Amino acid sequence: MLIAVFADIHANRQAFDACLAQARSFGAERNVLLGDYVGYGADPEWTVTTVLDLVDKGAIAVRGNHDNAVGDLRERLNVEASVAIEWTRGELGTAERRFLAELPLTARDDNRLYVHADASSPETWRYVTNVSAAARSMIATSAPITLCGHVHQPALYTMSATGKTTAFTPVSGSAIQLLPSRRWLAVLGSVGQPRDGNPAASYVMLDTERSELTYCRAPYDVAEAATRIRKKGLPAWLADRLAIGR
Amino acid sequence: MVRPSLEPGATIDGFRIEERVHQGGMAALWRVSRPGTATPMLMKVPFIGEDADPEAIVGFEMEQMILPRLSGVHVPKFIAAGDFAVQPYIVMEYLPPRTLLQELPELPLPYAEVAEFGLKIAVALDDLHRQHVIHLDVKPSNIMFRRSGEVVLIDFGLSHHDQLPDLMQEEFRLPVGTAPYMSPEQLLGIRNDPRSDLFALGALLYFFTTGVRPFGQRETLPAMRRRLWRDPVPPRRLKPDYPPWLQEIVLRCLEIEPAWRYPTAAQLAFELSHPDKVKLTKRSERLTQDPLSVVLRRRFNKDITRSITLPATARHISEAPIVAVAIDLEEGSTSLNEALRVTAERILATLPSARLACLNVLKLGRITIDYALDEEGHNKRIDRLVALKHWGEPLKLEEHRLTAHVLEGVDAANAILEFVQANRVDHVVIGARHSSLLRTLLGSVSAKVAAEAPCTVTVVRPARTAETGEPESIGGAVEEAALSSQD
Repeated sequence: MLIAVFADIHANRQAFDACLAQARSFGAERNVLLGDYVGYGADPEWTVTTVLDLVDKGAIAVRGNHDNAVGDLRERLNVEASVAIEWTRGELGTAERRFLAELPLTARDDNRLYVHADASSPETWRYVTNVSAAARSMIATSAPITLCGHVHQPALYTMSATGKTTAFTPVSGSAIQLLPSRRWLAVLGSVGQPRDGNPAASYVMLDTERSELTYCRAPYDVAEAATRIRKKGLPAWLADRLAIGR
Repeated sequence: MVRPSLEPGATIDGFRIEERVHQGGMAALWRVSRPGTATPMLMKVPFIGEDADPEAIVGFEMEQMILPRLSGVHVPKFIAAGDFAVQPYIVMEYLPPRTLLQELPELPLPYAEVAEFGLKIAVALDDLHRQHVIHLDVKPSNIMFRRSGEVVLIDFGLSHHDQLPDLMQEEFRLPVGTAPYMSPEQLLGIRNDPRSDLFALGALLYFFTTGVRPFGQRETLPAMRRRLWRDPVPPRRLKPDYPPWLQEIVLRCLEIEPAWRYPTAAQLAFELSHPDKVKLTKRSERLTQDPLSVVLRRRFNKDITRSITLPATARHISEAPIVAVAIDLEEGSTSLNEALRVTAERILATLPSARLACLNVLKLGRITIDYALDEEGHNKRIDRLVALKHWGEPLKLEEHRLTAHVLEGVDAANAILEFVQANRVDHVVIGARHSSLLRTLLGSVSAKVAAEAPCTVTVVRPARTAETGEPESIGGAVEEAALSSQD
């Protein structure tokens, strides 16, 4: 089965639309969503409705820290993110807010674990940015393959039978075989707020038959997404950074 | 889970085990067959379990990831892989059991013979590097031959793939490789420089021509580390009749600093196939090793030559292409040749490691036997070589970056295409003429080259002038035909 996995959409309608269309053209049969549907971007309502719709049709979705912050006022965010979330709270209706609050923190599907951040402690939203954090997350689960987001920069970690962990910066469009003899942790890039210097929206395709993972990039109308952020009166930096992917 | 038994007659995933052909320290090799598959096949089964060598397991994992992504005649064809949880294996094409290792008792071999298989290995390495893989364990036992003569590189257990996680990097803090052939940078743990393979090939060429391993074969780390500062004894010191061009090539491959070696395997292959074009530097004449002062400087001032971050393998190759320019030497083609030079200059300006091959075709009559001398008794080939060098002179390239070649052939386009194929040229620059009656009759050389070359082709036209709009000018017609002819 071909699964399309998206993380950190952050209310960027143009980016998410482009990813969904590209994944469909690749033949995606199932969608998985790794959280942070809102925050930063100008279209939270459309995004949450779209995710809700996908879940109704069989997609798997987990909760991210920005989704959590909509209903949980104790959630700590940086200044720009806080402004965006305050505005988002006023944009979402009851049903959408309840949907976000009730999403699970993790989801298990066959040999795969889906989670927004570090799997060893999903509710504390720790970043997986290095080999030791990746090892901690991989040890915490029995699933041989973990997919997470939160970092906004694509990375792939793998642990050998002897417990040694290797980090790798994936090359987009190049399939990587996830050998069954090892554990794998795929950190996805972001759909709506890429921060690896490439402004194109980032997601992955997983071929479960061949056990192959491919990091993908979908170009989208960045100018339109940025214009919409400015129009909503959100912090200008949230719009500016889209063009440089930082 | 129960592991299927490995013995002749047993069947694993549809593959019937025949006989065992090799039993090594890390894996066993079995001949296998499968109904409906005519290709002879080989199954590689690693040793796993409690006392297995971790290097063997990781090496097998690397090979499992890399081999399915490779193609072409220079690698064994991948057929299938087995699940690690049940029985790990790789099934690949079975090759005739001939490796370079079998030649060892015959060493030293004749220079020409070594240069010939050296060229084949360089061609295979170029092919591998273009597929994003650095072998990192080039040695006689990993070099096989097809019946058709091509070199096949085997065993990718220590290899590095640009687009895949490098499992070896993190797993082993000590360098991995084979002592006599391992490059200095590999000893320092650098695994992403394709020129490491050129160093190993240099060590192999040295060994096969002299019978002596340039860095010995001791496997202790201190003994291996000597190559970080100590250069090998020049081959001419061991064999006074050693050809200078071959010493030039071998010692350039064995440079301690990767940047001082050939930039790509394709450029090394180019040199090996044109011994008469090899620029003979001081290297070719040397009879002694570097003086102690140089060795001490290398040993104790390592920071002088700092290591730099390398571009990915494929980019590394694309930055050091072989560019061929087809030049017409006829009278009246000045403006076109000027345009060709301007184009070549622009291409080379951005690529400091590129090399330029200037080509001209000496057209042979279809029936008559051509004479090497013209009516005035000049040697046509020599005249043309001089003219080609003269054309390239304003480019002010270092001598080793520019070579001149006079090709012979009945058909100019075919002669150029053959050269492009044989020398793995990356980019052809060729001039085109205005439309003309003769071109219509004879066909356009540039159009044929552009259509059939396996690489990028830039077709250059002279700058537009008022007259160029004139259709079917007689001068243009003559020029078009003259790209290839002198007679």
